[in-house]
Amino acid sequence: MEQAAPTTYTTVRDGIFHPPPHIRELRAHAPLARMTFADGHLGWLATGYAVSRAVLADPRFSARGELKHPPVPRAGEPEQPPSAPPGIFIQHDNPEHQRYRRLLVGQFTVRRMRLLTDWIEKVTESHLDEMERLGPPADLFEHFALPLPSLVISEMLGVPYADRERFQHDTAVWSSFNADLDELAQAFGDLTTYLHALVGRKRSAPEDDILSGLMAADPELTDEELTSIAYLLLVAGHETTANQLALGVLALLTNPDQLAALRADPSLTENAVEELLRYLSIVHHGPTRAALEDVEIDGQVIRKGEVVMVSLTAANRDPERFENPELLDVTRSATSHLGFGHGAHQCLGQQLARIELRVGLTALLRRFPALRLAVPPGEVRLRHDMQVYGVYELPVTW
Amino acid sequence: MTAVRVEVDTSRCCGAGMCALTVPEVFDQSEDEGTVVLLDPRPPAGLRPAVREAVRLCPCGTITVRETGPDA
Repeated sequence: MEQAAPTTYTTVRDGIFHPPPHIRELRAHAPLARMTFADGHLGWLATGYAVSRAVLADPRFSARGELKHPPVPRAGEPEQPPSAPPGIFIQHDNPEHQRYRRLLVGQFTVRRMRLLTDWIEKVTESHLDEMERLGPPADLFEHFALPLPSLVISEMLGVPYADRERFQHDTAVWSSFNADLDELAQAFGDLTTYLHALVGRKRSAPEDDILSGLMAADPELTDEELTSIAYLLLVAGHETTANQLALGVLALLTNPDQLAALRADPSLTENAVEELLRYLSIVHHGPTRAALEDVEIDGQVIRKGEVVMVSLTAANRDPERFENPELLDVTRSATSHLGFGHGAHQCLGQQLARIELRVGLTALLRRFPALRLAVPPGEVRLRHDMQVYGVYELPVTW
Repeated sequence: MTAVRVEVDTSRCCGAGMCALTVPEVFDQSEDEGTVVLLDPRPPAGLRPAVREAVRLCPCGTITVRETGPDA
């Protein structure tokens, strides 16, 4: 078979909700294709559901940062990716990864997250009160979708929410493809310094929060490791859920039949949350994995050192797995989506995210029976240039 | 209907919680490490489809289901 020219990847989606335009054809003909990375590395792009799962579940593929190549250009990309410091467990392989993960998963179990439901409902209602006072119209992102998960993860971790402007700003810079190296270093440095000082305060005055709990559970953890863990959980805990929630609302408001179905039967909400995770797949690119040895997969050989980028947005629209994948259907069974990734690194906070999204959507729709966009859908500014897809603002009225 | 025996390999478990979310009658998570706790290795027929779904959803290949012969 003639080898097709290598593809490249873009984070600019087709319209608001669909994967980049070339993805559909690529997935149909080459679910695992050659791809040129931003630094010229000739690696691979996985767009099929089955092959994406296979790569992410296979320990012969490494998550280590220093082995990777950047899939898309970024203003502030260092020439040589550094190895991850201790505690940045998303870029470690087992057993290091598992050591950190095991310390944390007990804090994010299904049961423990359910115990938080009442509190998350209260936080949700108070933000809806505030939004209702401010409008209509109001920016649903600023006043609801962002503060809800931001407050929840701050309180759980033990980060004072009063400092939110600081960490929300730093994480936003860190997520932007447009930030240059200096800006990235400054944002990373600021947030790390802040969290390091916080870790020091928790050491001398422990409280009832995850950071203090980690110190008690494993006295060997260094301040550097705890700072890294706090950094990861704080960033991952609010950027993702905030964007998923706001973009999910936009998807429902622009698919009135689906919104009506959900309003008619609120018991569909859990299902709708899974479908929105599948349909929106807000992680733009990645996860990426580097082959630690030659691996034959899907009839092709990935050579040692070559990097595979998995496109979750493509895999979640694979017609081999999901019927009519381009349709948003809140009644479909979508739980096997890859929105949280797959394999040993699958999202640690997914059970928290599920509850935040379910509680948030339920309460929002109940509070505002006539919720609608305050601008035409085409005027909503989209995050094509951030690591996590979403909206910059979501002006709504009611 | 064929009876089944569920087995879990805790050393592979990454604590994602999909099993406990899907079939809480059969799977739980430990309080400290969040890893899988098998509550019922021989689930009744009505729960078996959900158990198989949990096998599919598990990101770490922790759960296996073996058919053990006809239902008693």
